[in-house]
Amino acid sequence: MSIKVYVPLDSGAVALGANEVAAAIVQKADKAGADIQVVRNGSFGMYWLEPMVEVETPRGRVAYGPVSTDDIDALFEADFLAGGAHKLFLGRTQDIPFLKSQSRLTFQRCGIIDPLSLDDYRAQDGLTGLENALKMSGADIVKAVTDSGLRGRGGAGFPTGIKWNTVREADGDQKYIVCNADEGDSGTFADRMIMEGEPFVLIEGMIIAGLATGATKGYVYTRSEYPDAIRIMNEAIEVARSAGVLGNNVLGSGKVFDMEVRMGAGAYVCGEETSLLNSMEGKRGVVRAKPPLPALQGFLGRPTVVNNVISLCSVPVILEKGPEYYRDFGMGRSRGTIPIQIAGNVKHGGLYEVGFGMTLGEIVEQIGGGTASGRPVKAVQVGGPLGAYFPRELFDTPFDYEEFAKRDGLIGHAGVVVFDDTVDMMKQARFAMEFCAIESCGKCTPCRIGSIRGTEVVDKLERGEDPELQVDLLRDLCETMKFGSLCALGGFTPYPVLSALNHFPDDFKPRALDIAAE
Amino acid sequence: MSETTKDQNVRVEAICDQLITMEGPLLPILHEVQEEFGHIPEGALQTIAKKLNLSRAEVHGVASFYHDFREEKAGKHVIKICRAEACQAMGADALGDQVRRHLRVDWSQTTADRKITLEPVFCLGLCACAPAAMVDGKVVGRVTSDRMNRILNEVGA
Repeated sequence: MSIKVYVPLDSGAVALGANEVAAAIVQKADKAGADIQVVRNGSFGMYWLEPMVEVETPRGRVAYGPVSTDDIDALFEADFLAGGAHKLFLGRTQDIPFLKSQSRLTFQRCGIIDPLSLDDYRAQDGLTGLENALKMSGADIVKAVTDSGLRGRGGAGFPTGIKWNTVREADGDQKYIVCNADEGDSGTFADRMIMEGEPFVLIEGMIIAGLATGATKGYVYTRSEYPDAIRIMNEAIEVARSAGVLGNNVLGSGKVFDMEVRMGAGAYVCGEETSLLNSMEGKRGVVRAKPPLPALQGFLGRPTVVNNVISLCSVPVILEKGPEYYRDFGMGRSRGTIPIQIAGNVKHGGLYEVGFGMTLGEIVEQIGGGTASGRPVKAVQVGGPLGAYFPRELFDTPFDYEEFAKRDGLIGHAGVVVFDDTVDMMKQARFAMEFCAIESCGKCTPCRIGSIRGTEVVDKLERGEDPELQVDLLRDLCETMKFGSLCALGGFTPYPVLSALNHFPDDFKPRALDIAAE
Repeated sequence: MSETTKDQNVRVEAICDQLITMEGPLLPILHEVQEEFGHIPEGALQTIAKKLNLSRAEVHGVASFYHDFREEKAGKHVIKICRAEACQAMGADALGDQVRRHLRVDWSQTTADRKITLEPVFCLGLCACAPAAMVDGKVVGRVTSDRMNRILNEVGA
């Protein structure tokens, strides 16, 4: 029997040379007469070890990484196909501490299975949640999701079950499930990883959402920057359709649900649910005023569930193992697990799924291993470009929606971006305003004009023009944007700006003297 | 109407006919037109508008809203460099400066010989292997200065 060799197809691994490594292994095996089968799996999310190659051995899957094409000859000489010793040997995959210490519920199969093999998915208990849901009423499914304590993983943290119930009770011949996969926040890649590594769990979650609410059509709206995720999702939908998981007779139940993928066109603001709906309708991605809620008047004016990828992917395990199982992870009002994405200047960057409650310091120092540059950590931005910068002094903050809010921050989509002591916080504050100006949809004035004025004020501050006045103006402007903007883009841009200003005041001293000295 | 415009109209109409039954067909149509022509030709707006029963201004409004849709063709090669925070933390600003100097263009510009277009991108989802870039649709992670020089060489810059 041929030996199974796993080389990830995840775009993070591919960006580090996984395709070339896979080709080199096949070529070398041909030459050596070794009988191998290369499986392109998802990534386990340990990006400092990518491309991570695994071999199936009698003691389980063992890993080598990071592998480059230059290592292939030596790996064959070391008999890596039998798990032989080599300097890149990492031991059994499941024993790697970064992986072993996680609680993988949502990402339980990501990395383990061939993403496009429905048999693999079923063999690992995939579709059990859906089978259970098919035996339940819509109201009971909603109750299970509500009882699990699941809150929207896109950032707003709204209880998923309550949103579903609004759609379930809404009148309408046609209802929709829209998956918000417009993952534009820097430092986040959980949606991409699971769409590339375990697409069937998203399909399963969307079908369950359809059964719960009476929606028969689903859309995944994702980014043009994610071509691999789009390709894999489309292929997985085809596989699910031909296996009778999607279509007019879901798993033989007589229930109807089908779905398709829609591609955005490079507008960050389309991650906001109402702009996303406008974009899907073929309009400019401009924010809609709420009410009406999308749950009542969403896509094409019809009742629509808009959920983040990770929210939907967390549903199958809740239906499989019960709401209590999921709810027992976490702390306070933040129940279940959260896939934390550790990125930027960090030694062990990757995806770490764990129950809520770990402190920011533990995440950055212990799990992330500190900076990649070896210099001290100066700031950590949590929650994407609209998230606050945290100084070391706040490293005791537990990862929890309410605890972050108490310290003027937000979890957002759970991206953690680490910066070392070379970062200039005034520059980061200016960038937050600049980014808002580039991406503003233009509908409301505080965001459209405020962000431009914001960059100008920071520029004046940098030039030393009446610095105290500029700081006052910046604070005042942030206040206006926070309370006057229609959506989170203008409304949350003050978080990175004010947190930089409040926690790192030394960086906001005028630079005029430096310029004069040059 | 010249032969080329006629041909263009026929091709745009065919794309519209193929996608018009979708719910909200305009973005898929614009993507397909750009795939076909390398940009959204001026004349295509009127054709699409007619097919979808919209005004030309509405279609222009949509096409110009999204960063992806081009008014003119890109260079032979397209280099996108991530300018977002995670990549900034790993030296993306210096990388951007290096490429702009080398190509003598600013962001969103094409070199004088139409060979290379340089574009900023805000996140490729490769934040744990920063800084990241995309070269002709292919993703590259941990792009050091040397690696970028090799890429620039490969595309003939």
